[in-house]
Amino acid sequence: MNSMRKGFLDGLPIGLGYLAVSFSFGIMGTNYGLKIWQTLLISMTCVTSAGQFAGLTIMVSAGSLVEMLLSQLIINSRYSLMSVSLSQQVDDGFKTPARIALGHFITDEIFAVASSRGEKVGKRYFAALAVLPYVGWSLGTLLGAICGDILPSSISTALSVALYGMFIAIFIPPMKKSISITVVVLISVAISVFLYYQPFFEISTGISVIICAVVASLVGAIFFPIKEERKEVQHGE
Amino acid sequence: MGNEFFIYLAVMAVSTYLVRTVPFTLVSRKITNRFIRSFLTYVPYAVLSAMTVPAIFHSTGSLISATAGFVVALVLSLFERSLITVAFFSCLAVFVVSLF
Repeated sequence: MNSMRKGFLDGLPIGLGYLAVSFSFGIMGTNYGLKIWQTLLISMTCVTSAGQFAGLTIMVSAGSLVEMLLSQLIINSRYSLMSVSLSQQVDDGFKTPARIALGHFITDEIFAVASSRGEKVGKRYFAALAVLPYVGWSLGTLLGAICGDILPSSISTALSVALYGMFIAIFIPPMKKSISITVVVLISVAISVFLYYQPFFEISTGISVIICAVVASLVGAIFFPIKEERKEVQHGE
Repeated sequence: MGNEFFIYLAVMAVSTYLVRTVPFTLVSRKITNRFIRSFLTYVPYAVLSAMTVPAIFHSTGSLISATAGFVVALVLSLFERSLITVAFFSCLAVFVVSLF
């Protein structure tokens, strides 16, 4: 799977969803007193939702750099998990320079789309896939920072489900074919719901996602180990 | 905010970059351990579903419109429609319901 055209197409819904999410980040930046270019620069260099929102808050409250670093590492640590997962799915042409150049575009959504297609991921496909999300993320931030609330709230509200709609379109179809994926998803959702509504402690989205992903995937790996691909010659068996 | 901005920005951007790129670059070989391979296979689905539920129900400010978006996305996904189709009609459902 290394078609640029397919990459662009797959990136379109992500880009549209990002437009809405980053729009709210742009508004927030302006409200917090950042200059337009500052808010835009954050989006263009970080390309991450939860981490940026947290970082912006720490920035304007003049938090310490240690606090900033820790919050980023904790909230964004899920990307390490995704990076390792994606490293197993890229094709042989996806070498170190390409990884160094393109690794920064491993967002939740780009990762999800790239890794759930059941094919090897080529660098051309991945680069093309990242383009529209990156444009959407930057443009949305810029527009939000400039014009604040120009978008009627009914439209921005509707756009805010775009990403979730896309997620659902990614994880539901495999559940029809695989009982093990179904079980993993149900466990993950159950933990996620519990962590969200439990009254005992505050937990960030980033940490919650890691706990859900690790526990559910561990259960999957223990009870439903995947079949080994055997492409070698199978004589003599 | 002057110079501090750039220091904060550098900490944010560099740490985020390294968290993504270091594992991606270092793990360049195929992992042969079946347990780890199984674990990594399940990660995307676990991540996505955890990020969607229950967050989607709180994404629109109205449980009713959010549920409409969720149900439409669920049904279209069961029929294996494309990502853009599912996302679009899910948004449309939220938009229509929130008109009332």
